Amino acid sequence: MIAPVPYPQDFALGLLHDMLRIRRLEERAAELYGEGKIRGFLHLYIGEEAVAVGALHALAADDAVVATYREHGHALLQGVPMNAIMAEMYGRQAGCSHGRGGSMHLFDARTRFFGGNAIVAGGLPLAVGLALAERMLGGNRLTACFFGEGALAEGAAAESLNLAALWQLPVLFCCENNLYAMGTALARSQAQTDLCAKVQAFGVPARSVDGMDVVAVHEATRAAVEQVHAGHCPCFLEFRTYRFRAHSMFDPELYRDKAEVEEWKKRGPIHSYSAQLKAQGLLDEPGFLALEAEAAAEVEAAVAFAEAASLEPVETLMNDVYTPERSP
Amino acid sequence: MSRTTYREALRQGLREALARDPRVFLMGEDVGRYGGTYAVSKGLLEEFGEQRIRDTPLSELAFVAAGIGAALGGLRPIVEVMTVNFSLLALDPLMNTAATLRHMSGGQFSVPLVVRMATGAGRQLAAQHSHSLEGWYAHIPGLRILAPATLEDARGMLWPALQDPDPMLLFEHGALYNLEGELDEREVVDIHSARVRRAGTDLTLIAYGGTLGKALSAAEQLAGEGISAEVLDLRVLRPLDDATILASVRRTRRALVVDEGWRSGSLSAEIIARIVEQAFYDLDAPPARVCSLEVPIPYAKHLEEAALPQVPGIVAAAKGLLG
Repeated sequence: MIAPVPYPQDFALGLLHDMLRIRRLEERAAELYGEGKIRGFLHLYIGEEAVAVGALHALAADDAVVATYREHGHALLQGVPMNAIMAEMYGRQAGCSHGRGGSMHLFDARTRFFGGNAIVAGGLPLAVGLALAERMLGGNRLTACFFGEGALAEGAAAESLNLAALWQLPVLFCCENNLYAMGTALARSQAQTDLCAKVQAFGVPARSVDGMDVVAVHEATRAAVEQVHAGHCPCFLEFRTYRFRAHSMFDPELYRDKAEVEEWKKRGPIHSYSAQLKAQGLLDEPGFLALEAEAAAEVEAAVAFAEAASLEPVETLMNDVYTPERSP
Repeated sequence: MSRTTYREALRQGLREALARDPRVFLMGEDVGRYGGTYAVSKGLLEEFGEQRIRDTPLSELAFVAAGIGAALGGLRPIVEVMTVNFSLLALDPLMNTAATLRHMSGGQFSVPLVVRMATGAGRQLAAQHSHSLEGWYAHIPGLRILAPATLEDARGMLWPALQDPDPMLLFEHGALYNLEGELDEREVVDIHSARVRRAGTDLTLIAYGGTLGKALSAAEQLAGEGISAEVLDLRVLRPLDDATILASVRRTRRALVVDEGWRSGSLSAEIIARIVEQAFYDLDAPPARVCSLEVPIPYAKHLEEAALPQVPGIVAAAKGLLG
């Protein structure tokens, strides 16, 4: 069980609805992968939805977001239309990256969603640079950077944490610790498994949060956002979470016990949160089913949109390797 | 015209860019208080302040990638990397992000970043400070590669590079920093074309960066022996200015590429392939090249000199082309 939900019903149900939207989108994407409609790598976020939902609801609409290759949920929550996400996975012209990126490289300039980065830890220094620009241009928007715990083994992470702390830049580092870097458990790859201790050594304030509890995620992120703004400094949050599905569609999951997965599933973020909402009288079963149906309908509409979307003409293949001269 | 050095010309270009556009800033290792490893940015910290002349930690990957992020965020960063060998620590953001982002995002994000770095040998700095890897970078779609070899280009390439919306790598040959001469302030500098630096009729010497001076010296010697060599300065290594290269080679009917990079899989190989593909029937001799020997550049002066293209080797190769 999780802590009482301190929000008005509308907001409380909105969090649940967004978790359901991500869950349903990805379950459907997995089916479509099986049908060969979606190809390449497909990394599912199933089990981790409370992190993206709780955290992104704590950001301002014009804050920048940098994410990883497991970013369908972050893109959706940042405001990228589900149609454009699905069409991108289909490799279609109407996709948010015009079929150039696929599942791992969702981008959207309008919502300041800077990817979709498939180089582990590649997003961290990018976020530092975005925050540097914001600071130097006198703006007040922060940059949220999502990455897995595996990224903290990369030199890029160490360099970025140092640079953000040295220059006191408004970056919110959001570490989604799902315990496995692909198939390598944290303790098998990092000598210091206390991630907050590791990050604090760089001079970045850090806090660990239950990433299976959307309320805990939301509250911790709100506090961290305030700290970034008030302290003019970076902040680090470790969200302890778990990936219910395989790393990608090619992963036979030889590295973890089924019993471990089942144990974590008992703490599933949608299941535990909706149980708490019901206990508080904020939700009943028909209400839950209605939210689920709404999410499913949105997903089916996105599938229909992607099915009908046209392919990017091959004549445009070489476009955008360089910026056309007419652009500023 | 004014008397200056390549180093001072670079600094003049930096100063002008910083003065003209408040979005421009310089960051890199020791660019501020130290005054720049090669003293290029000396005095700029006092003139423009710590916000715009930023000393960075020894974190090539992070500060190059942060330059990409800052460019995305609306600034016009100039990132200085100490030498091309160190830029390998930042190869990931340069290749995987700067070069790919516009295409991978379906045209949504351009990266108006300029990265400057020293390249090349000739100063007895041995095998971790002396290589010429600009040809590697010239392999990558999405990047533009510049190699200023003259005072005018040292001063004048930076501003148009900053105006360009795509990532630009600017290679300064380490042996040129002390090059001294008259800078023609009226020369209009573009970042698209190759340029004939000496006209000739018997063969074309194709050079860039650190080999331009050697090619010009070779041409002078050849002239003394009655051979008229044209010297072409590539200036832009990607995209290559095929039209100017081919026009010269069609005129002289013989081509010799002088490249400080290694021979195998090199820029010289690419240039010769293009000449053969497009001007084969205009040639009077197979194209030839003078490159560095395929060895890590050694420390000892006589060994280093033996490893690099030198004027006598260029002269001999040119004569070989003329039979």
